[in-house]
Formats: sequence, C-alpha cells, structure tokens
Amino acid sequence: MAGKGRSANGATLESAVAVNTLAKMNRGGPMLGRVLTMPTFGPLIVLLAFCTVFALTTHTFLAAGNLSLVVQQSVIVGTLAIGQTMIILTAGIDLANGGVAVLGTIVAGRLVNEGHNAGLCLLFAIVLCTVVGLAAGSLVSRLMLPPFIVTLGLLGIITAATRLIAQGGAFPVTDDLLSWTGNTLNIGDTAITYGMIIMFGLYTLVWYLLTQTAWGRHVYAIGNNREAARLVGIPVQNRLLSVYTFAALLYGIAAWLALGRIPNADPNALQNANLDSITAVVIGGTSLFGGRGNIWGTLIGTLIVAVLRNGLTLTGIDPLWQDLVTGVLVIGAVALDQISRRRQR
Amino acid sequence: MTAASEQTGLPAPGQIVLEARSITKRYGHVTALDNANLELRAGEVLGIVGDNGAGKSTLIKVLCGAVVPDAGQVLLDGVPVHFHSPLDARKLGIETVYQDLAVAPALDIASNLFLGRELRCKGPIGSWFRLLDKRRMKREAKREMDELKFHLPSIGSAVENLSGGQRQGVAVARAAIFARRLVIMDEPTAALGVRESGQVLNLIRTIRDRGLPVILISHDMPHVFEVADRIQIMRLGRRVALTTPKRHSMSEVVAIMTGAARGDEQPRSPDPNPNG
Repeated sequence: MAGKGRSANGATLESAVAVNTLAKMNRGGPMLGRVLTMPTFGPLIVLLAFCTVFALTTHTFLAAGNLSLVVQQSVIVGTLAIGQTMIILTAGIDLANGGVAVLGTIVAGRLVNEGHNAGLCLLFAIVLCTVVGLAAGSLVSRLMLPPFIVTLGLLGIITAATRLIAQGGAFPVTDDLLSWTGNTLNIGDTAITYGMIIMFGLYTLVWYLLTQTAWGRHVYAIGNNREAARLVGIPVQNRLLSVYTFAALLYGIAAWLALGRIPNADPNALQNANLDSITAVVIGGTSLFGGRGNIWGTLIGTLIVAVLRNGLTLTGIDPLWQDLVTGVLVIGAVALDQISRRRQR
Repeated sequence: MTAASEQTGLPAPGQIVLEARSITKRYGHVTALDNANLELRAGEVLGIVGDNGAGKSTLIKVLCGAVVPDAGQVLLDGVPVHFHSPLDARKLGIETVYQDLAVAPALDIASNLFLGRELRCKGPIGSWFRLLDKRRMKREAKREMDELKFHLPSIGSAVENLSGGQRQGVAVARAAIFARRLVIMDEPTAALGVRESGQVLNLIRTIRDRGLPVILISHDMPHVFEVADRIQIMRLGRRVALTTPKRHSMSEVVAIMTGAARGDEQPRSPDPNPNG
C-alpha cells in the first residue's frame, strides 16, 4: 500500500501510467485478493475454525437443532451488540445496554401482570428504553461528558430503578405477544425463531444505514477524526444524539427478544450483557478507538462466543475454558487493531 | 460544486473579491489585530507572512468566520458580511484548509471529498431511503482530481494509505471543489516534506488558474515566494507592507517582518521594539 502511494507522488507520465495500472489491478483483481482484504475475513476464519473443530470432536454440533440453539442463544447479546457497534464506531462505549434491556423487560412484565394491554405495554417499554438512550446521548453530545462515565453512571441508576420497579420479584410472562419472538418457524429440522429473523433484519437495516447513507459516513467520520468531521460541517452533536437514541431503541427490541427467549422478566438477568456485547464487537474487528469496523463482523463475533460456549459444553470441557478463550480472543483482536493502526500512521 | 471558471459573472482579474477594513481584535490586554487591512484580488494567490504573534492567524480566523472581530468590516464582492461561524463563511463560498490534515483517515478518497456534502441517488430511492450515489461521487471525485491535475491511486482507497502530501491534497481538493469565491489555506505545507509540499503548491497554482483566488498563510518563506502573486507582511497586529516576490527579496521581507527594516505602511509612531 505504502509503495503504491509513493509511486504516485511525482506527477510524471510514468507514474500516472503506473497508478492507472495499479488501480485497474485493484479493481479487477482476483477474487482471492478481495476476500483476503475483507474486514470480516479474520473473524470469519476464527468462526469457521471453531465450527470445524467442534464438528470433528462432537457428533451433535452440526445437528440442525444444535445450530439453531446456538443462534437462539446469541439473539439477545447479538442485538445489544448492534447498538454497541454504532456507539463504538463513534469512539464511544456503552456499559448500560444490558441494564436498559432489563429495564424494558421488567416494565413490560410488570405492566402486563397488572392487566394492561400487552401491545401498549411493549410499546411503552421500548419507548422508555429509547428515552433513556436520548438522555445518555444528550449528556454525551451536549455536555461532552465521556461516554464511559455517562453509561457507567446510567448502569447504576437503571439497575437500581429496575429493582425498585420490580419490587424484589420477577414477572413470569404468559402473554402471547410478549413471548412471540420465541415462537419458531420450522424449515425441515431447523427451528427458526421470530427473534432470529428480527435480529437479522436489524443487522441488515443497520448495515444499510452505516454503509449506504450519509448518516453512516458521518458516524464513521466522527469516530475517525471528530475535529475534521466538525470542520467539514457535519452536525456532530446531532449525529451522536441520534446514535445513542437509536441504539437504545434496539435495546428495547432486545428486551422483547429476551422475553421470547425466557418468558420471565427477572431483574437479575443479563448481568454481563454489556461486557458480552463489547466482546462481540471487538472480536468482530471493530476498533475500540472508533471509526473502523463492520456490522457483520459484530454478528460473527457474537456467533464465535456462542459457538465456543456451545461446543465446549458438548465436548464436556469445563466451561471456564470458554471465558479463558474468549479473553484471549478479545486481547488478540485489540492487539491486531493496535498493530494495524500503528503501521498506518 | 463545479469549477468556478464555468460560472458566469466572474469579476474581472484584479477586482477585489474579499476585503478586510480596519479589523481590530483584542484578547484581554493583548491586541491581536490593530486596524488590520487586507484585499484579495481575483485571480491571485495572496501570501500572508509575519512573525509569531503578528496577527496573521487571527486575521484568517476572522475571514473564515472562526473569530468575530471587535471592530472593522469584512466585505465580500464589496458587500459587508458578518460571519458568526465557519459555516456562515462556507455558505458564501469561502472554504478553508487547515494545517492539521482535516481528513477522516479510514474513509476512502471519494468519501472524504464529499464528507458532509454527500450525494444521494435521484428520485425516491435518494429522498426516502437516503441511498448514497457512491458511483456518482467516485466519478465526480475522479474528474475533479483529474481537473486539478492531482494524481492519486484508486479513488476508492482509504486516505490513511496515502502519503502526507496526498492527504493534504485531498483536503485542498475538497476546498477547491466546493469553494465558489475563494480558498483560505492556513499553513497547508507545515506538516509536509519537500516533495510533498511541492505537490500542494502545484495544487494551489492550479486552483488559482481555474479562477479561484487563494489566501496562503505560511511560515515557509520559499513556499510563499514560489506561489504568491502578492505578499502581505504583518507585524504587531497590522499590515506593514504589501509587496510582490519581484519587488523584495526574501531577506528584505524577513527584515520588514521582524522590524529590522521599515515597510511602506509602517505606522508613524515610533516602533516600540526597533531591534525586533
């Protein structure tokens, strides 16, 4: 890359020709080259490697029912990680996303148990989550408070508020609408839950927003070089506010997915979801420094963690190994990012 | 968007495009600008030189809207204008290039050129689904870079893969593409090596030849002498001389800058610091 850049320095005819040739090679280059430079290539290889190992060491890993279970298990963290990806792309971080989703489940669960209309309860819970995101986004964008501190404080507030609302109990959810996301659509032996479809839909939506709209370009630019984004006239504050608010809307939807997965609104649920979502984002190749990353990488990162958990359980290995391997992957991913950033400087 | 030369109603060469009259700006007890004047004429590169604290940066910030002066007037095409933010100046066709490479390194060249002014697809796909017209942006970016005779590797490659000179070239090109009246460059070569500076200086000449006047602020005297048509020398918050690279030599300009020699517009009052 550096060599190519240097060859274009002189405005001489030869270098212009060389650049043209290089550009052509770049465009029509072999398929393999393009696959190798895909940002999700590394995470994809890791995912396939784990799948291969577990397929060879167990009889049940590749069974349709088991693979479906793996995806079902990753739906909640996978959805939280979408919001986390957008926030990390702006060089922020969200420690409160699991807490916000639990708040959503408790509010919806309690209201439904009190006999209110389920649709309205769900809508209210999702709107409430979105408003929490609006508040966090306002603090981050208007008051310029560090996202780490804002969301850490928010996590404490939300967790306490959730317990106060729950009044020391949990709310079993029997309503069809609230647990609808856990219903399955069977294609052959494969059980596909509506929750999975919603999650994939959200990934596709956010992929579109991040890569095909000006809003997405601005999100990347803000994380990449905030001062430059401001200087070229991007409304940085409004973009940040929209990112935090939209992310929280997704957390509200994740609350619905959580009720479909386990139809019991429990204030003690999803305790580590915030860190799990950060893990998925980082393993998926998104830079914690912002401005670099890919939403599909996050999906792959989520699946890597889920496959690891599932596979190690099937092989009968102590589940503590899962945490250990995940830790190694996180540090490895950040190290890779750091090295590539340093080389480009 | 398009080259200024394509526009009609361009002022005849030599006509004043941007004028600053008796600009004064104080920060507490410090007078950064003391009745400073400036005239930028159509078709020229106006170099601004001065020692540290001479007021050139403050003057530029007033012209691009980043600083509101305490007194004085700014006129664009003879009409008084009041800038309260850089956005106001940009809306009137004044683009500024900053010394610290204002680009988003992970984004590609075309995205950087159109950052903040992205093109959307025509019709409902663009207005409802906000779909970016990436192909048109790439095409126009390539055409603009060709017109500016600035050669870059593939327009789709990330800016972080470019050399420092090429990166600054992207920032300069963005200003040139979107400026309708003039381009202000604040130390555009400060972070660059010799050859890379040469690329940026070439770009400045091309922009002028396409019809956009340029204000160039630089510490680097050879760079200013290489591209500037006229040179404004600042000292103690005001203009002390207006000259051309032919009339004064580099060492003479430095002498005026530091106060060792007198400029044409030197104030009558005795110089408070004659030995500079």
